[in-house]
Amino acid sequence: MPSSSTQLSGLLRRLVVACTAPLVSASAFAADTMDKAYWNMPRGVTQVSHDVYSLHMLGFYFCVVIGVVVFGVMFYSLFAFRRSKHPVPANFHESTVVEIIWTIIPFVILIVLAVPAAKTLITEYDTSNSDLTVKITGYQWKWQYEYVDQGVSFFSTLKADANAARQLHSGIDPNTVPNYLHDVDNYLVLPVGKKVRFLLTANDVIHGWWMPDLAIKKDAIPGYVNEMWTRIDEPGVYRGQCTVLCGRDHGYMPIVVEAKSDADFEAWLTSKKPVQVASAASATMTDAPVAATAPAAPAPAAPTPPPAVSQVAAATSVAGAKKSKDDLIKAGATVYGARCVACHQATGQGLPPTFPSLVGDKIVTGPAAGHISQILKGKNAMPPFAPMLSDDEIAAVATYERNSWGNSAGEVQADQVAALRGK
Amino acid sequence: MAHEHAHDDAHGHDDHAHGPDKGIMRWIKTTNHKDLGTLYLFFSFTMFFIGGLMSLVIRAELFQPGLQFVDPELFNQFTTMHALVMIFGGVMPGFVGLANWMVPMMIGCSDLALPRVNNWGFWLLPFAFTMLLSTFFLPGGAPAGGWTIYPPLVLQTGNSFPILIFAIHLMGISSITGAINIVVTILNMRAPGMTLLKMPLFVWTWLITAYLLIAVMPVLAGAVTMLLTDKYFGTSFFNAAGGGDPVMFEHIFWFFGHPEVYIMILPAFGIISSIIPTFARKPLFGYASMVYAVASIAFLSFIVWAHHMFTVGIPLAGELFFMFSTMLIAVPTGVKVFNWIATMWGGSMTYETPMLFAIAFVFLFSIGGFSGLSLALAPVDFQYHNTYFVVAHFHYVLVPGAVFSIIAAIYYWIPKWTGRMYNETAGKWHFWLSSIFINVTFFPQHFLGLAGMPRRIPDYAVQFTDFNMVSTVGAFGFFVSQFIFIFNVLACCYGWFGRTRNVSNQVWEGATGLEWSVPSPAPYHTFEDQPLVGDDGMPVHGDAVAAAAH
Repeated sequence: MPSSSTQLSGLLRRLVVACTAPLVSASAFAADTMDKAYWNMPRGVTQVSHDVYSLHMLGFYFCVVIGVVVFGVMFYSLFAFRRSKHPVPANFHESTVVEIIWTIIPFVILIVLAVPAAKTLITEYDTSNSDLTVKITGYQWKWQYEYVDQGVSFFSTLKADANAARQLHSGIDPNTVPNYLHDVDNYLVLPVGKKVRFLLTANDVIHGWWMPDLAIKKDAIPGYVNEMWTRIDEPGVYRGQCTVLCGRDHGYMPIVVEAKSDADFEAWLTSKKPVQVASAASATMTDAPVAATAPAAPAPAAPTPPPAVSQVAAATSVAGAKKSKDDLIKAGATVYGARCVACHQATGQGLPPTFPSLVGDKIVTGPAAGHISQILKGKNAMPPFAPMLSDDEIAAVATYERNSWGNSAGEVQADQVAALRGK
Repeated sequence: MAHEHAHDDAHGHDDHAHGPDKGIMRWIKTTNHKDLGTLYLFFSFTMFFIGGLMSLVIRAELFQPGLQFVDPELFNQFTTMHALVMIFGGVMPGFVGLANWMVPMMIGCSDLALPRVNNWGFWLLPFAFTMLLSTFFLPGGAPAGGWTIYPPLVLQTGNSFPILIFAIHLMGISSITGAINIVVTILNMRAPGMTLLKMPLFVWTWLITAYLLIAVMPVLAGAVTMLLTDKYFGTSFFNAAGGGDPVMFEHIFWFFGHPEVYIMILPAFGIISSIIPTFARKPLFGYASMVYAVASIAFLSFIVWAHHMFTVGIPLAGELFFMFSTMLIAVPTGVKVFNWIATMWGGSMTYETPMLFAIAFVFLFSIGGFSGLSLALAPVDFQYHNTYFVVAHFHYVLVPGAVFSIIAAIYYWIPKWTGRMYNETAGKWHFWLSSIFINVTFFPQHFLGLAGMPRRIPDYAVQFTDFNMVSTVGAFGFFVSQFIFIFNVLACCYGWFGRTRNVSNQVWEGATGLEWSVPSPAPYHTFEDQPLVGDDGMPVHGDAVAAAAH
C-alpha cells in the first residue's frame, strides 16, 4: 500500500485535473473522455438511443436559447437599471398583451418538443414482432437472465475482484480493478440486428434495469411483468447497473450486455444449452461464482426454473462421491463470500434485526434438514437459493456455516440437499 | 432569535397579562405568532444543520471510489434520513415559521386564528424528529429504504419502522394544523380594505400552499398506515404475493409527493415576489397573473404525479398524459420568471443581501426548471431517471430555490423582527460563497447523471471520480459558508454590533406593505386594532396604526 502522503498528493492531483477539465476542453484529455460519456449522455448503439439522444440535445438547445435570452434580459436590467445609473424607477406594472405573449411562446415551444417525444415514446412501447425474448428477474442483489423457449438461464453477479475491492477498508484501490463495479461474472449475450424483447420482474423488492447505450430502462417489480425492447446495431460490450434503491447492495448489481453477430450468438447459445452445462457443472464446482450459473435447464417460459434445475443439480451431485469436511468448508467459504456475506457479514453476525446473526443460531446449529431447507426456500428478506446454487454448493456453504465462528454442528452432504429439494 | 423584541415600556405597565412569560416557560407555553415563528425558524435551522452534516457524510464517502467511511447500509440510512430531515424538518418548518411571523402582520391582524393549535402544531415537531433521529441508535439502525419509502423494500426495515411511521404521522398532524390555521386566518381576519386581490403575494402563495397541505398530508398518512398494517397486521395492500400491488403505493405516495414539491416552492415564489419589487423600487409586474400562475401550478400539481414513475411501466396512454401535463407546468412557471424580470426592468435597483439571494433564486431556480423540462420528456427520462441528473435537478430547485428564498426572507425581515440591521459585508460574503459553492456542488452532478451514475449508491465506477470530487469540495464549502449566516442572524438577535435598535419602521426605502408600518422591532402584539387598508396596500393613517399597535 502506498503511504498516506503519496495517496493524498495523488488525490490532490486528481482534484486539480477535475477542476480544470472544463478549461481545457480542447485538449486531448477531453477528447479522450468524450467517447466514454464523460460530460453528456452517450449516443448509444440503437436507433432508439439515437432518437433519445437527439431529443435530449433538442431540449438542451432550447434551454440554452431560452436561458441566453431570459438571463440576458435579466443581467442587462441588473446593469442598466441599477440606482446609480437609473435613479428614478418607472412605474409600469401591468400589460395583458405582454402576459399573453409570454404564455403563448412557451406553449409553442412545448408543442415543438412534445411531438417528437410522443413519437419516440410510441416506438419504445411497441414490443411486437420480436425475434427473441429474454426474461430478466431482479434479486437482492443479482440479475437472472432467462432466454425464453431456449432453455438457457443463468444468474449474473458482481465480478469477484470488484467484490473484494468494494468492501469497507479493503485496502484495494478500485482504480486497479478493470471496470470496477461495472463488470459481472456472466454477460447477457444478445444478437446484433435482432429485435430483442425483455420481460422484467423481480423476486423480492423493486429493481431497475438500465442500459445507457441502448437507452432502455424499466423497473423490475415483484408481481408485475414489464416489457421493453431493443435492437442493437453494433457488436460490443455495454455496461450499466441497477437504478432503483433495492437495499444494502443496490450499488453492486451491475449489468453487462455483450452484443454478438448472429452466428456468434447462436454458437454461444448452443454452448449454454443444458446438456453441456450439466457435464460442466461438477468440473467447475470449485469456482463458485461461475458454478453458480451452471444449473441452467429447460424451463420454457415458466415463472421460476427450480423444478428443472433440481433435476440437473441432483443428477450431478448423486454421481459425485461424499466429500471431506475440510473440502466442504473450503468450497463453502467461497460460496459464502459470493452469496451470503452481504447480509450475514464475514463475521457471521449479520446486521440484526433484518439480517440475523448465524453465530450460535438455532437453525444453523440445529438439525441439518432445517438449515438446508431454509437455504433452499429462503425466509423473509432471504431469497430462495434453490434456483441459484447446486446441491454441492448448498452442502458446502451449510457445512461452512455450521463450522465457523465458533459453531460446531457437523457436515452436510450433497445427497441430503438433493433429498430436500422441491419438498 | 428575536428574544427581546417584546419589552418596550409604553406597553409593559398596564397590561402584564399580554407580555411573555419569563425563561423557558415563555417558549413552551407561548401562543404568540411571533414567538412560534421564532421557534419554527430555530427548529428549522437546527434541522438544516443536522441534515447538512448527514449530507457531508454522504459527500465524504463519495469523494473517491471504494468505501472509506461508512458501510453501504449506513450510507442508505444517511441518504434516507438526509431527505426526511431536510424536507420535513428544514424546508417546511422554515416556511411555516415565516408564515407565522409575517402573515398576521401582512394582513393586519393581531395573531393567527387558532393560537393554541399553533403552539401544539409546533411542539409536535421536536418530538417527531427526536424519535426519528433516535432510530440511528436502534439495533438495525435508521430507515434505509429511501425517503420515498417504497414497499417491499421499506418493509425490510427493522425496529425503526414503526417509529418512522409514527414520526411521519406527527409531522403530518403538525402540517395540517398549521395549514388550517393559516387558511382560517387569511380568509377571516384580514383588515378592512385588505381584499383578496390586494394581499401580498407571500400571503397568496401561503394560502394556496395551505390548501395543498390539507389535501395531501392525509394521503401520506393513509399510505404509511397501510405500510404499517402490511408489516404488522398481515394485510396485503402492497404485497403482490397476497394480491396487493406495490405500484399502487407509488401512485399514492406521489399523489402526495408531487404537491409536496410545490408546498416547498410556492411560499418561495411569494418571498421573491416581495423582495424584488422592494429593491427595484417598482411595483410587482403582473400581480394578477402572478396569482393565477400560482393557482395554476397548484392545480397542475395534482395531475402530474406519475412523471416520477415513467419507468414503472404505466400504459402508453398514461405515459403520454403525464408527459403532456408535466410539460404544461413550464407555462405558469415561465410567466412567473418573466414577471420577476419585468419587475426589474426599468427599476432603480440596489443590491443588498436579500436582493442578491432573490436574483440568484431566479437564475438558479430557472436552471432547475430547465432540467425539469428535459425530465418531463418521457423517452429521455428513461435515460435520466434515478440518476444524478435527477439529484442535480431537485437540489437546484430546493437549495438555490427553496433554501435561498428562506435565507433571503430572513435577511429581508430580520431588521423588522429584531430592530437591528444585519452586517451587510458579512451578508455579501455569505451570498457569494453560498452561490459559488452551491453550483460547484450540484452542477457537476448533471454530468455524472448523463454519463450513467445512478443515485443512492455509496460507491461508483472509477470514471465518475472527477466530478464527484468537485461536488464534494463544493458541499463542504457550502456547509462552512453557512456559519457566516448563523453569525449574522445571532448578531442581530443579541446585538453583537451594538445594542441600539436603530432601523426605521420601513427599513427598506422601497418596501411597501402593512408589516412595514409597525415599529422595528415589531412589538409583541401588533394590530390589536385593525388598520384600514388603502388602495396602495398601506394603512390609510400610517402613524395612527403604528400607535394602535400598543
